[in-house]
Amino acid sequence: MNTLVEKTRYWNPYIGGVLLGILLFLSFFLVGHGLGASGGVHRVAVAIEDLVIPEHVDRTPYIAKMAGGERNPLSHWLVWEVAGILLGGFASGLLRGRVRLQTYHGPQITPGTRWAFALAGGVLMGYGARLARGCTSGQALSGGAVMSVGSWVFMFAVFAGGYGLAWFVRRLWQEA
Amino acid sequence: MAPFDIAGLFGETGAYLVYLAIGFCFGFILESSGFGDSRILAAQFYFRRLNVLKVMFTAIVVAMLLIFWSTALGLLDYNGIWVKPTYLWPGIAGGIIMGVGFILGGYCPGTSLVSAATLKIDGMFFLLGFFIGAIFFGETVEYIQRFWHSGYLGEFTLPELLGVETGVVVFLVACLALGMFLFFEWLRRVVYGVRK
Repeated sequence: MNTLVEKTRYWNPYIGGVLLGILLFLSFFLVGHGLGASGGVHRVAVAIEDLVIPEHVDRTPYIAKMAGGERNPLSHWLVWEVAGILLGGFASGLLRGRVRLQTYHGPQITPGTRWAFALAGGVLMGYGARLARGCTSGQALSGGAVMSVGSWVFMFAVFAGGYGLAWFVRRLWQEA
Repeated sequence: MAPFDIAGLFGETGAYLVYLAIGFCFGFILESSGFGDSRILAAQFYFRRLNVLKVMFTAIVVAMLLIFWSTALGLLDYNGIWVKPTYLWPGIAGGIIMGVGFILGGYCPGTSLVSAATLKIDGMFFLLGFFIGAIFFGETVEYIQRFWHSGYLGEFTLPELLGVETGVVVFLVACLALGMFLFFEWLRRVVYGVRK
């Protein structure tokens, strides 16, 4: 891997971490809660469901709370934050010439394999993030910073799941 | 005193623009830190690159310190900020499922957004999968209501758990972060040699 080139391309992780910490603090300070991502993505998914099968959404209690009847699942701060994340990521990538149609994958697998695993991992992540009531942003980062017990336990559960399986699927990511 | 009722101050649209701005900075920082690249994120789990650990724990410690200090100075009302209530068992189960999803899929929800925004196809597939998984949860949560609400402890924080002052926990978490940085750096050298 040409790590030298990549090292100069991205921010030093400690600088990124300090900036992210300041942003996280500002979010708590200004609006009273931390950062979030999965909840907003979920609302977009529910909005699509509501377009296709609105009667079904009205009958399903959990999602009816977001999109039942006249409720618009997109009228929520999380959706705006997700829109901001997309724009901010795009802007950062554009400035550094990283907006390019491509697939990041380990050296031993094809893009097609990578897509299949990305899809499968996404399904698990989507289910798990709802079950845990938050993701790396909403639970681990935000809950971690305000010292929520549940968030800290969650964080170590994520690392346990990842590290527990990593060795068995090393072919996905590692060099031969 | 902070936090502020921004919807009351700026109206609904104004509040949404504040969230858009916060999200913009969030996405910008994630992408600039290399988190739009699944290979960098996955490398954390092979001790090869420590960007995830360093960015995450630095951010947690910095935010925690700033919240602690601004509360101590009377600038921030700690009771006004949202602490996620703890549901222990679904949190652990969801966390493990997400850890598995992370190593298979290469992203977490926020990072898949910046990946897809920079036109990475694996990020887009991940996001599509996330939609499917989240919708599946919404359709089936009725069958697991008891489990989904199990281990409820309310707004339960580490200082309450340990029975010590908040400042002590802040100090301990900062030490934990520092200890992990040193330990993982050492581990990386053991596994991969001095080559960066």
